[in-house]
Amino acid sequence: MSQIRDIMADGVWRNNVVFSQMLSLCPALAVTSAATQGLGMGMATLAVLMASNVLVSLLRGLITDEVRIPAFVLIIATLVTMVDLAMNAWLHELHKVLGLFIPLIVVNCLILGRAESFAGKNSVALSALDGLAMGLGFTLALTLMGALREMLGSGTLFSGAANLLGPAMGVLEMRLYPGEGVLVMILPAGGFIVLGLMIAAKRALDARKPAPQAAAIPAAAVPS
Amino acid sequence: MTTATSVPESAPPATPRTAAWFALAGGKHAVVLGSFSLAATLLLALAYGLTKAPIEESAREDLRHSLEQVLPTGIYDNNPAADTLQLPLNGRSLRVYRARQGGQVTGVAFETSRKGYSGEIRLLLGVDAQGKLLGVRVLKHTETPGLGDKIEVGRSDWITRFTGLSLGNPPEAQWAVKKDAGAFDQFAGATITPRAVVGGIKDGLQLFAAHRQTLLQEASP
Repeated sequence: MSQIRDIMADGVWRNNVVFSQMLSLCPALAVTSAATQGLGMGMATLAVLMASNVLVSLLRGLITDEVRIPAFVLIIATLVTMVDLAMNAWLHELHKVLGLFIPLIVVNCLILGRAESFAGKNSVALSALDGLAMGLGFTLALTLMGALREMLGSGTLFSGAANLLGPAMGVLEMRLYPGEGVLVMILPAGGFIVLGLMIAAKRALDARKPAPQAAAIPAAAVPS
Repeated sequence: MTTATSVPESAPPATPRTAAWFALAGGKHAVVLGSFSLAATLLLALAYGLTKAPIEESAREDLRHSLEQVLPTGIYDNNPAADTLQLPLNGRSLRVYRARQGGQVTGVAFETSRKGYSGEIRLLLGVDAQGKLLGVRVLKHTETPGLGDKIEVGRSDWITRFTGLSLGNPPEAQWAVKKDAGAFDQFAGATITPRAVVGGIKDGLQLFAAHRQTLLQEASP
C-alpha cells in the first residue's frame, strides 16, 4: 500500500503544512507560546480537517469547477460552526479549553487548501486519510514549536496539560528549571525565531537524505 | 500551491438548444451554489435550535460555579444567581447578584472589566456588606498565554491575594502595582495585565462604595 504510505509521509513530514508548505502560519505562530496550546489547536484542526475532507470528497460530484471555492468555504464554515455549537452544548468542559481555537479554524488556509488540492479530486477514504496525515503533521509542528518556545521562554513543558487532556495527563506537566526563561521566546518575535530555526532544521535533515521520490499522487504534491 | 492546483480549462458540455440561455447565464452554477447555501442555512438553523437549550443550561451552570467562588457558601441561604438587581450606571445597567442570610444582604457579586494587554479582562467580584472583598475571579481574558494568564486561578494563586482586602486596606492610593508605587506585585515580564486587574478591582470597590445604600437596602423580591 505505497499510496497510503505516501499520503502519511507527505502529511506528517515530507509536505508538512507548517515546515514545508508554509501554510497556516498565522495559527502556528499565534497559539504556540506553550506546548499544550499547540497540541490543543492541532487536535481541533485535525478533527475539523478530516470531517471537511470527507464532506468535500462526498459532495465533489455535485460541485461544478467554477463555483468550487465558494462551495468549499460554505461547507467548511457550516461544519465548523456546527462543531462549535455541538461542543458548547454537549462537551462544555472541552469547549472551554478548545473553544478559543475553533473559530480560528474557519480561516485556517490548510482546510481550504486540502479541500482544493486533495479532497475535491480523491475518494472519501483517501481524503479522510489525507486529513488525518495533514492534521497529524500540523499537530506535530505546533506541539514541537510550542514545546521549544515554552522550554526556552517559561522553563516549563506541557503546563496546563491536565486542563486539556484530563487530570491523568497532569504527569506531563514539567518544570525544567526554576525561574523565568528568555521572555522573547513566548512573545510573537520568539514565534518567528523558532519557526525559522525549525524550517531550517527540517531542510538540513532532508538534505542529508537522498532526494525523496515523487509523490504517488501528483495532486497532493505541493512544491515546497 | 499554484501550479498543482490550477484546473485545466475544460470544454463546456454540449447543451440542448433550449437550455442554452440557462448555461450562458451561468444558471447551473447558481443552482449548485444556491442549493448549497440553502442546505447550509437549514443545517445551521437546526444545529442552533438543537443546541440552544443545552448551551443556556451550561452558561447558567458556569455562572453558578463562578458565583460560588466569589461568594462563600456559608454567608447566604438564598440563590444569588436568581436574586439579581439591575443597577443603572451611566446609560448601561450592571447586573448585581445578591447573597442574603435571613433576608439581609450579606454580600454582592458583580462584574467589572478593564482593558488588558490584548483585549478586555472581565472580572467577577464578591464584596461583603462592609465593602471587603470576598473573592475575585477572572471570567474571561485574551492575555498572552504563558505570561498574562497567571491571573487565572488555575495557573497561579495571584488572584486569591485580593480576598479580604478593601479600599482602606491597603489605602486607596496604593491600589496599584508596585511599578506604579502601589502595593501589588506584577509578574515578571507582564505589568499591563496585573495593572488592569488591580485597576478593575479598584473600580469595582469604588462602585460598591458609591452605590452601597442601593445595593444593601433593596427589599427582598
